[in-house]
Amino acid sequence: MPESTLTIALLYPELLGTYGDGGNATVLAERLRWRGVDADVLTLGAGDTVPTSCDIYLMGGGEDGPQALAARELSESGALHTAVDNGAVVFGTCAGIQVLGHEFANPDGSSHPGLGLLDVRTVRGTGRRAIGELLAEPMVDGLPTLTGFENHGAVTHLGPGVKPLGRVVHGVGNGGGDGSEGAVSGHILATYMHGPALARNPALADLLLSWVVGDMKPLDDSEVDELRAERLRFVKRGRWRRNR
Amino acid sequence: MPQSALPVRTRFATGAGLAVAGLSRRLGAGEGSVIGGRVVLAVDPGALERLAAGRTIALVSGTNGKTTTTRMLAAAMETQGGVVTNSTGANLLSGLVTTLARGAAEAPAVLEADEGLLPKAVAELHPTVVLLLNLSRDQLDRIGEVRIHAQRWRAALESSPSTTVVANADDPLVVWAAGLARQVTWVGTGQRWRLDAYSCPNCGEKIEWTDEGTWACTNCSLARPVPQLTLDGEDVVLADGRRLRLDLKLPGWPNRANAVMAAAGAEVLGVDVVDGLRGVGTVSHVAGRYQVVSVGGARVRLLLAKNPAGWAEALELIRPAPMPVVVGINARIPDGRDPSWLWDVPFERLRGRLVIATGDRGRDLAVRLRYAGVEHRFVEGYAAAVRATGADDIDLAANYTSFQDARRELARA
Repeated sequence: MPESTLTIALLYPELLGTYGDGGNATVLAERLRWRGVDADVLTLGAGDTVPTSCDIYLMGGGEDGPQALAARELSESGALHTAVDNGAVVFGTCAGIQVLGHEFANPDGSSHPGLGLLDVRTVRGTGRRAIGELLAEPMVDGLPTLTGFENHGAVTHLGPGVKPLGRVVHGVGNGGGDGSEGAVSGHILATYMHGPALARNPALADLLLSWVVGDMKPLDDSEVDELRAERLRFVKRGRWRRNR
Repeated sequence: MPQSALPVRTRFATGAGLAVAGLSRRLGAGEGSVIGGRVVLAVDPGALERLAAGRTIALVSGTNGKTTTTRMLAAAMETQGGVVTNSTGANLLSGLVTTLARGAAEAPAVLEADEGLLPKAVAELHPTVVLLLNLSRDQLDRIGEVRIHAQRWRAALESSPSTTVVANADDPLVVWAAGLARQVTWVGTGQRWRLDAYSCPNCGEKIEWTDEGTWACTNCSLARPVPQLTLDGEDVVLADGRRLRLDLKLPGWPNRANAVMAAAGAEVLGVDVVDGLRGVGTVSHVAGRYQVVSVGGARVRLLLAKNPAGWAEALELIRPAPMPVVVGINARIPDGRDPSWLWDVPFERLRGRLVIATGDRGRDLAVRLRYAGVEHRFVEGYAAAVRATGADDIDLAANYTSFQDARRELARA
């Protein structure tokens, strides 16, 4: 364990937290506290100096305008790049995966530079906005089925420098035609699932935490298991209906 | 215009629509507003514009408070005579058509309009006044982004030069949406929800707020306009310095804000603010909100909250711990199918009491409450949830379709 108290940085929730993604910080912090590890959540607003010493950085989903503002602030300060070089964990959802990549699309379709921390490129989608339950089989060891809700118009193409987080079973995910969902590279993990993702997928939360603190004792997640079972049933029922 | 001045097609269409609506009501299928309106529009697609012609129209839209404010504005107008209004919240095109077709042809109409419908309603109804209450995240699975509403409102109001807009000066999205309207009455409501307006709707740069509650973009000229009416605690302060005490039957800040918006709207339509506020003060409960129902000896007060901004206010209205609370959550199409917003609501404020989670998505809420450190249980069914509290006096707060389910089920219990 690197420090006695872990610090989780929630980046620009007012710019990037459109879909309750701040909940991911709550989930991580509580899961540490329940195991007797102290955790602080540091909420950083636009204009705040982003420290380079936090253990985990979270970036949520956002609307187009605020997303570009967040990308600009982070690339000017370079703080996240320094933190990643020091081994920090980064978790991005929705706009997060877009901002972490090389580039993403402005509302007019033109390209906006991202942070280049993930080898992905995001362009404006040509089809319908991807909205609905997202189910993926994990491509990272030790995780069960991933469940979340997606809501994005953009399409993310993965480069050779990243692995997909999962393979889409239901929903759209990255949407680039390869059936992939999310991206992982080192200790940077990003996904199109919100819900928030870490509330619905406690194993994913624990994976991120284990990158900082190592192995941890399991928690009683029976209440989440019931929610997951309900969501999985819901998706299967919907698929059955559509296939008839 | 008198009904007889309507074209034959519109008269036939409304006749057929109202007959179907009446049939639907008699069959117990509901109010009949939606099906009736659909029939009218199928027969005469231009019916809305024709039914509105020559009438004084007021439209009310926004994320929260539409139904209550519409009821309040109608009550303010009723101090001067009869009005036509969609008081049951049938706020889509079909509901508006049925409301206009049912009501007296000359009476002014006070209509609640869904945020997405407002631009079309403005274009076809040529309203005298439009009330813009607020804009915040709600049903994001349906519309994608809250800013899209603001953009469409702005364009629609620019193209309606005869309309006066009454707009909330404390909501940057609303101020921007009203920015191209010819005449605007600004109302200082003291809105506290800011999560959706950190970046400027006009240029995307940061908005800065002062402790006094004023705000301005750090880059462009968008800033809080000086309001003509300002809510200050329990009082409304007018531009001429007069200070009037609000005397409302409905609780809390959100209803005081709704009341001032309604009084400002009524003033545009020629009702003196003092008279308007007297009418507003008569409104007690609106479509079941704040109603107390009796369930097997327990008194259950019903509260509606549909989105994070609404919940932040509802949590303030819930009576203090240790009184247990039932919270119902659905995620059907009218609610938005994505309940992620549960994590934007400060449910931590419910610590120190038992919360019963229920509704279609009660399990999502249970997980949220677990992480909020709130003692809770998931119980299926509203009557069972009320019983599970073991208390005689409780508050039940629910989102839109969950609220309707609760009302229906508890009325039978």
